[in-house]
Amino acid sequence: MGIGVATGAYGLSFGAISVASGLDVWQTQFLSLGMFTGASQFALVGILGTGGGALVAVVTALLLGARNSLYALSLRSFVTTPRRPSIVRTMGQAQLTIDESTAMAIRYPEGSPQARHAFWATGIAIYVLWNLGTLIGALGAAALDDPRTLGLDAAVPAGFIALLWPRLRDRSTIALALVSAAVAIALVPVLRPGLPVLSAVLVALVAERFMARRRA
Amino acid sequence: MIWPAVIVGSLGAYLLKLSGYVIPERVLDNPRLQRLTTILPIALLAALVGVQTFSTGDAVQVDARVAGLAAAIVALALRAPFLVVILVAAATAAVLRGAGLAP
Repeated sequence: MGIGVATGAYGLSFGAISVASGLDVWQTQFLSLGMFTGASQFALVGILGTGGGALVAVVTALLLGARNSLYALSLRSFVTTPRRPSIVRTMGQAQLTIDESTAMAIRYPEGSPQARHAFWATGIAIYVLWNLGTLIGALGAAALDDPRTLGLDAAVPAGFIALLWPRLRDRSTIALALVSAAVAIALVPVLRPGLPVLSAVLVALVAERFMARRRA
Repeated sequence: MIWPAVIVGSLGAYLLKLSGYVIPERVLDNPRLQRLTTILPIALLAALVGVQTFSTGDAVQVDARVAGLAAAIVALALRAPFLVVILVAAATAAVLRGAGLAP
């Protein structure tokens, strides 16, 4: 119930921000139906909205979406039935593989009916509410004249910080976030719009080596 | 160029999800890849916060969005839900602009 209301509200913010960034209602809805992974959708419209170019927007969105493939990997033993799974079922399962459905499924024993049920129930509920929220938010923002006077340009970074917040678990993740933001801002005057964000990939690669060495 | 980005991005995001179910397990079961997959969203989201707060296209710019971000951080520290965080940030920026206190 709580997760449902939260998802609807989250979808509403995405719909409004997407339209305020210059996408139309159809494009916005296509993203929620087809891409269906929040952080990537926000990144795509945020970068397109600030003149970042389509290629950079897509690359950034996909880099953010890469974690879903690891969710799918861990869900194999939780959700997939022992007998050979049907192709259609796997394809549907793939689309619903996101943070929330993964989190709900892995609370139950691997391969149990409860894990499967939690995955499908959460995935379908969120899919419906996310798309409904998107539609309402997009239509609402399309009815406004100038999103900037309503501060919608300030809503975009607020969306990203809200997505980032729960991932800042300790000093090293906070340091990583601060360095990534600082490097990207410093590169703004030097690189073409959109590209500074991708400097985060280099920062992440360096940070990964650093963390691996510390653990060793 | 919006439609191509929307379609290619959606297709790519779907294939990434599907890959986790169909690619042989040992390819993805790599500690370095798993660490990177946790680190990458943090770095990318932080870079997006930075750029979307402090720049317009190709120039660094400080305006009402900074106050909006500060308000969002306060809301997050108070455990406000997602929509409230967004609304607080937007309202802060709008009020500052309305009062002529920030561009």
